[in-house]
Amino acid sequence: MSATANYLLHLADNAVVLGQRNAEWCGHGPALEEDIALANVSLDLIGQARLLYQQAAIELGGDATEDRLAYFRDVPEFRNYTLLELPHHGALVGYAKSDLDYGTTIVRNFLYSALMVLVWEQLQQSKDEQLAAIAAKSLKEVRYHLRHSRDWLLRLGDGTDDSHARVQAALDHLMPYTQEFWSGSRMEAAAVAAGVGVDVAALKSDWDQLVDDALAEATLQRPKGEGYVTQGKNGLHSEHLGFLLSEMQGLARTHPTATW
Amino acid sequence: MNAVVPTDAVQAAWTALDVLADPEIPVVSLRELGILRDVRLGADGLEVVITPTYSGCPAMGQIEDDVRATLQAAGLQGRVITQLAPAWTTDWMTDAARDKLRAYGIAPPHRCASQPLAGESPLRFVRQAARPERVPCPHCGSSHTVESSHFGSTACKALYKCLDCQEPFDYFKPY
Repeated sequence: MSATANYLLHLADNAVVLGQRNAEWCGHGPALEEDIALANVSLDLIGQARLLYQQAAIELGGDATEDRLAYFRDVPEFRNYTLLELPHHGALVGYAKSDLDYGTTIVRNFLYSALMVLVWEQLQQSKDEQLAAIAAKSLKEVRYHLRHSRDWLLRLGDGTDDSHARVQAALDHLMPYTQEFWSGSRMEAAAVAAGVGVDVAALKSDWDQLVDDALAEATLQRPKGEGYVTQGKNGLHSEHLGFLLSEMQGLARTHPTATW
Repeated sequence: MNAVVPTDAVQAAWTALDVLADPEIPVVSLRELGILRDVRLGADGLEVVITPTYSGCPAMGQIEDDVRATLQAAGLQGRVITQLAPAWTTDWMTDAARDKLRAYGIAPPHRCASQPLAGESPLRFVRQAARPERVPCPHCGSSHTVESSHFGSTACKALYKCLDCQEPFDYFKPY
């Protein structure tokens, strides 16, 4: 598989997995406005994923199509960051009050949007013209996603004792997963060497600035974010991705020849 | 046989497509919104170039179908090309379209040309405002409005409320 195709799949998988995850709030949002907001964010992400899968399908040739890439690949073939497949709650130990925690959703969207604002900005200069065009569109969208999640991070962090504690717990839970952003991979190195991808590690200081500014304003403590470095982008996933994919892919796999 | 000569075909297509309305905001045309980019003569005949607004805009499929049906009704053959670059921006919206949006109850978008382009880094002397400019209410004109939600009934709109006339309204977000 070419370096470009591999890299396009990484970006597309990130978008489709988080899009699917956030869509779980559809009909269950903590407020009507947030229900609509998360559905809109998902719509943007799934739209970006479609454009990226379409381009990957052209790169791959043969019988590859956007639907084949989204619906007929299995867990080890997905190259998304592990952070994006995690459920909307922390580790379920002790007492688990709820399996949908909005603080977790907001923190994840914030950490990832802050990264993607920087990534899409750089990818506008990609040697792959179609990827550069997708980046220019996605950048406009992710700026709104960052604004939305950052606003809520502030509201929850600098809110009540309960909201503060819950969003701090979500941050403590999720921050270690961001180590995967900065750990290199052959897939990314090949894309950077080809002039197609962006060196994400070089964006870390800008990301730190974005995150630290928001956390300070939200009166939250930045956890160290140490420990095991996840390997989702290399195809080694948590147990959660299989459940997510089975829901997302079930219909297409049950009726593989259906058209609508 | 009355074969349409090529240049006339382009003109005829423009005329037919000029009035084609956006499926979600039917008071404005695709041309006024900047979605309909070009009608030209390609190697295989007429080509109509459209560009998506938001990446996930569900209206794009409908727009493509509408363009095809309109061409067919005008007796023209052509294909629809979706082009991403340059990325669509609300700055392409004509003044006439902005007026129509306002009359329809949607506050038109502010200009966003100040967003830095690729490779440019603007000098900033003041911190960028955390909040966007005031959005005047399309019903009563008051600037005494608040944002209820960044996201509204479609990907391109935010939800606002007027504190004077108490009416909720949509704001077409700058993109």
